[in-house]
Amino acid sequence: MATASGPLATPLPVPAAAPRPVRQALSRDDLVMRAGLGLLVLWLALSVVLPLWALLEKAFSGPAGEFVGLANFAAYLATPALSTSLGNSLLIAAASTVICVGLAFGYAWALTRTCLPAKALFKAIAAIPILAPSLLPAIALVYLFGNQGFARWALFGHSIYGPIGIVIGEVFWTFPHALIIVTTALATADARLYEAAVALKASRSRIFWTVTLPGARYGLISATFVVFTLVITDFGVPKVIGGSFNVLAVDVYKQVVGQQNFQMGAVVGLVLLIPALFSFLVDRLVQRRQAALLSARAVPLVPAPDRLVDRLALFFCSIVAFAILVVLGTAIFASLATFWPYDLRPSLKNYDFDNMDGGGWESYRNSLEMAALTALFGTAIIFGGAWLVEKTRRFEGVRGLVQLLALLPLAIPGLVMGLGYIFFFVEPSNPFHFLYGSMAILVICTIAHFYSVAHLTAVTALKQLDPEFESVSASLKVPLWRTFFKVTVPVCLPAILGIALYLFVNAMTTVSAVVFLYSPHTQLASIAVLNMDDAGDIAPAAAMAVMIFLTSAVVRGLYGLVTRGLLARTQAWRRR
Amino acid sequence: MEAVAGAAAPAAPYLRIRGVTKRFGTFTALERVDLDVEAGEFVAFLGPSGCGKTTLLRAICGLDPPSEGTILQGGRDVTALPVRERDFGIVFQSYALFPNLSIRANVAYGLVSSGRPRREVERRVAELLELVGLGDQAEKYPAQLSGGQQQRVALARALALRPGLLLLDEPLSALDARVRARLRGEIRDLQRRLGITTIMVTHDQEEALTMADRIVVMNRGRIEQVGRPDEVYARPATAFVADFIGKMNFLAGRLLAPDRAEVAGAELLFEPPLALGPGAPVTVCLRPEDVVVREVERRPANRLTAEVGVMEFIGNHFQTTLHVPGTNLDLSAYLSINAVRDLGIRPGRTIPICLPPDRLRVFPEPPRPS
Amino acid sequence: MSSTRRRFTGLAVGALALATTAAAARAATELTVYTALEADQLKAYQAAFEKANPDVKIRWVRDSTGIVTAKLLAEKANPQADVVMGLAATSLMLLDKEGLLLPYAPKGLEKVKPTMRDPADPPKWVGMDVWSSALCFNTVEAGKRGLEAPTSWADLTDPAYKGQITMPNPASSGTGFLMVSAWLQMMGEEKGWAYMDALHQNVAAYTHSGSKPCRQAGAGEYTIGLSFEYRANKTKKDGAPIEVILPKEGLGWDMEAIGIVKTTKKLEAAKKLADWAVSEEANRLYAQNFAIVALPGIASRLEHVPGDIEAMLIENDFAWAAANRERILAEWSKRYDGKSEPRS
Ligand SMILES: Nc1ncnc2c1ncn2[C@@H]1O[C@H](COP(=O)(O)OP(=O)(O)O)[C@@H](O)[C@H]1O
Ligand SMILES: [Mg+2]
Repeated sequence: MATASGPLATPLPVPAAAPRPVRQALSRDDLVMRAGLGLLVLWLALSVVLPLWALLEKAFSGPAGEFVGLANFAAYLATPALSTSLGNSLLIAAASTVICVGLAFGYAWALTRTCLPAKALFKAIAAIPILAPSLLPAIALVYLFGNQGFARWALFGHSIYGPIGIVIGEVFWTFPHALIIVTTALATADARLYEAAVALKASRSRIFWTVTLPGARYGLISATFVVFTLVITDFGVPKVIGGSFNVLAVDVYKQVVGQQNFQMGAVVGLVLLIPALFSFLVDRLVQRRQAALLSARAVPLVPAPDRLVDRLALFFCSIVAFAILVVLGTAIFASLATFWPYDLRPSLKNYDFDNMDGGGWESYRNSLEMAALTALFGTAIIFGGAWLVEKTRRFEGVRGLVQLLALLPLAIPGLVMGLGYIFFFVEPSNPFHFLYGSMAILVICTIAHFYSVAHLTAVTALKQLDPEFESVSASLKVPLWRTFFKVTVPVCLPAILGIALYLFVNAMTTVSAVVFLYSPHTQLASIAVLNMDDAGDIAPAAAMAVMIFLTSAVVRGLYGLVTRGLLARTQAWRRR
Repeated sequence: MEAVAGAAAPAAPYLRIRGVTKRFGTFTALERVDLDVEAGEFVAFLGPSGCGKTTLLRAICGLDPPSEGTILQGGRDVTALPVRERDFGIVFQSYALFPNLSIRANVAYGLVSSGRPRREVERRVAELLELVGLGDQAEKYPAQLSGGQQQRVALARALALRPGLLLLDEPLSALDARVRARLRGEIRDLQRRLGITTIMVTHDQEEALTMADRIVVMNRGRIEQVGRPDEVYARPATAFVADFIGKMNFLAGRLLAPDRAEVAGAELLFEPPLALGPGAPVTVCLRPEDVVVREVERRPANRLTAEVGVMEFIGNHFQTTLHVPGTNLDLSAYLSINAVRDLGIRPGRTIPICLPPDRLRVFPEPPRPS
Repeated sequence: MSSTRRRFTGLAVGALALATTAAAARAATELTVYTALEADQLKAYQAAFEKANPDVKIRWVRDSTGIVTAKLLAEKANPQADVVMGLAATSLMLLDKEGLLLPYAPKGLEKVKPTMRDPADPPKWVGMDVWSSALCFNTVEAGKRGLEAPTSWADLTDPAYKGQITMPNPASSGTGFLMVSAWLQMMGEEKGWAYMDALHQNVAAYTHSGSKPCRQAGAGEYTIGLSFEYRANKTKKDGAPIEVILPKEGLGWDMEAIGIVKTTKKLEAAKKLADWAVSEEANRLYAQNFAIVALPGIASRLEHVPGDIEAMLIENDFAWAAANRERILAEWSKRYDGKSEPRS
């Protein structure tokens, strides 16, 4: 029977059995993965949903926890400061967004559409603000444009304390975020459109308005909303340089930390949630459109040299890069001056954090610990979670729920997240109350705060794997965890390290969520910056901000080295 | 040994599929599929893209279990078994080789987990690599091999645990034509040597015709015909099969009698007769190579005169269009080089032809607009 | 494989060792102490106390006076603090009014100056030191602008100083509150508010912390900072070109005091801290930062502060200040909040 001589006749159509639905039995892998997903749902419920719920609850209840309906909102609306703060916030956010997205578009355009020299350098410089807390530009601005600032003349007598300072600081801080989005949008251009336009003898400016801009429109919309949300919910910059110019984000802080008025804090927090949610929805919508553009593209555009345009691009990018370097340089210089502005000899006096407000060097060590733990556990949870979502068979309901919960943090500003955390964990009746004031709560909150972007990165990486790896493993009777560790993790290592870096840097620089959650023995460096600035120790504040920047930069550099080394060593298979 | 066992008792089929239906939401990808596969057989699922071949293959191995129906493998009901409790090896179109593992580690992947001693694993891997002719490539990574070599690694990996059933999903479609042709033979030989029951999914009729013991032609989630390659080719069970496999003239006609049809003004006899009343619309099919031009006068029926149209030289035969004057009948025909030379056939000449009644396939339906 | 396992074992043993050490350290009672003391003072106090009481460890919760007060009041249903140390006496009186403090007479209470403790017996709180307002005046910037040094509170309303003055927001800063309280007591309510209205014209910003005005004056950001004597002294010592001025009308002041929170579950440790806080050792430490401390005879002179602070302190009616604190702050916010730095 080993040859073609087998029985070849058409099989008799045996009367078919009555149809009965088939339910495949679950293998141990299936059970383990479902259990894993269940745990993930619990985790996300605990670290995202319940705190948010606690915030909502707080906004509708009185000081004793009784339900008061909209009374808190009514009280808030009756406060005259509200309209001022709201107006101020909108003004600042609008101005910062226009300037930031405009600059980012120019910069991204130069990076993607011209033969700008030293592109790698310009890219690296543009990424600097991400490595520093938002407080760093604000502090640097005090040194640049404050009453003793060496570039004070540039403000023509206006004060840096107020809207001008806030806008400059916010633009600096949000620039890389906008740049990444717009660059991605511009990078998906289809060269054929340009060839067609050139063939039709369209002028350069006509091409710009009819091809370039429409092609990048989704990126621009997305960047606009992202920056707007970042600015309206940030309180680091206005706190340091806002002077008497009140904004919503600072109001929350004032209500909660300054006056311990949790209900009112929750109300303002909810107000802040509105633009964030709105921006989240628009972003989701736009992302889908952008993806459609992307899948349709065929020929990547290679910019052709053009002397005039390339020079203009170089000029523009140089100015922006110079501004970024000046801000960073000022912070470093000020932190090293013995006594600004009277004694500019270099000294490390301002790095003697142990004798200042803010928790001293211990806060720096705490930050390192927090960032390392966040990177470690966050990467494990987020990548493992994304893998479970992608690879669990069937179980659609729970997988969909996890997807939703994983994206939810994208719509929650850090400030609101932090508030939710205190409201949720401070209750002595909460079984997780013991976490309150611990390092663990900072790590959990930070992981939750930055979950979405890391999750999306992981999903993208996983989607690039052959979907049949798991099928092959099952057919070879290999347990799935083995394939996870032997194949999935090694192949996704660059993405995994990328996630770890993202979490580490954000954990080092974040202020907004953790400012409500730290305790004396879990002081963090970024919060020390805030507190030292508050106490007037602005040079040490600059010094600590510089320490945060340096740490992030070093870790970023290490990441570069390690990924290169890893790729060379363990990923020899990538080379042909 | 196997042959003896097979001869002794005509055992139940190795794989028995009954009433298998698969639905994706409201879309039905497979509808009440019945099929038997004998032990040691090489069966090809053939059909256009999207007809449900892969779906059926994945239903058989449990990667996507059917919505309804039963599947028995080796006498055991496996319909609802988890994948890892089944007995099969599979090769995907993409091969799904683990890119970060060496060829050796890829092939050993299932063996290591099975808890076999290391020695045995090594021996088996060497044996498998030898079997697929890659003994000297063990330390390389998949990306360093050609497509055909990768394909063979995937095959070796699928065979490692000596499965009772080998499933191949479009195993050759990612390769270029020459490699594909060579591998066809290699896979076929391997399958015969191992005597392993094999199901291959393909949309390439040539592949199915040359490799399979039996072909399962599928269309829109249903099986149209099951049969030996020559059967399926010579006697397509449906117009769809006739169209899908090989070249075919599709002629619209009307039934005059159970064994006679009027086609574009010509009257044609055919067999076997069709149990339909006169006037029923039918489709009359004829393969171009079945048009007879030699010794036409000795044929009893369906003799016509035809004008020869443009002749294209295809290499081993001529392809031409024949027009029957006085009718609207146009036929595509293949004429052997011999016949053309012997009979002096040239474009524009009128020649006698015959459409042998036993070569005409008549289906009780109007031709589909193609 | 086996090397991986060994590494794991190593890790596990290490973690266990760490956990055990941590547990050993925890064996000491951990006392949660809310404070508004300056960060640069805390370390010395803590080191001295823990050396004397190795079985107790202090966990500070530090913020500015207003915030610590608000926090304690907000938590009154479920207090987190065991002891409040180094908070303004006016704030402690508020807490006492809410019934949050435990009456306790620390060992050695009899030596404490009678003016520097709660008159009740046993007292709910005991003073540690006195801190009083002071002006920091940047001579370099003044020179550039041709400004004369002010010698009195009244001088500060001179239009020449417009936009050159910063002062702490009394809602968040104890230093700010003691100034406002002093002006109202010295001048009477009506004239006091009128004075502040005039001063407001010259104030560039109200800061959150009591230290910041002096720091800013030191850095030349503004010429005059209304602050307190400890920060003034320290800023000058750090090299700032400032002069410390004690306005001649008199200085507002408050006491930093200690009290035990009634609900503490660590009463023994709390009492130890209260006992230590009135000891001579503690008072000598206070004296390094403040001119006037609770025990007589330990008073010191601050290096860069001219004049006799003790003699310049106004008559201070703490009871009045504590009773009227909320009303005063509300009025103040209504009048001047516009120029307030965030976090008031
Ligand atoms: N997971 C799925 N969800 C929905 N539709 C599917 C899914 N998999 C296959 N289909 C649909 O089922 C039909 C048969 O697919 P498939 O078996 O892959 O075809 P092929 O014969 O080309 O292998 C197609 O129309 C396909 O779109
Ligand atoms: Mg297929």
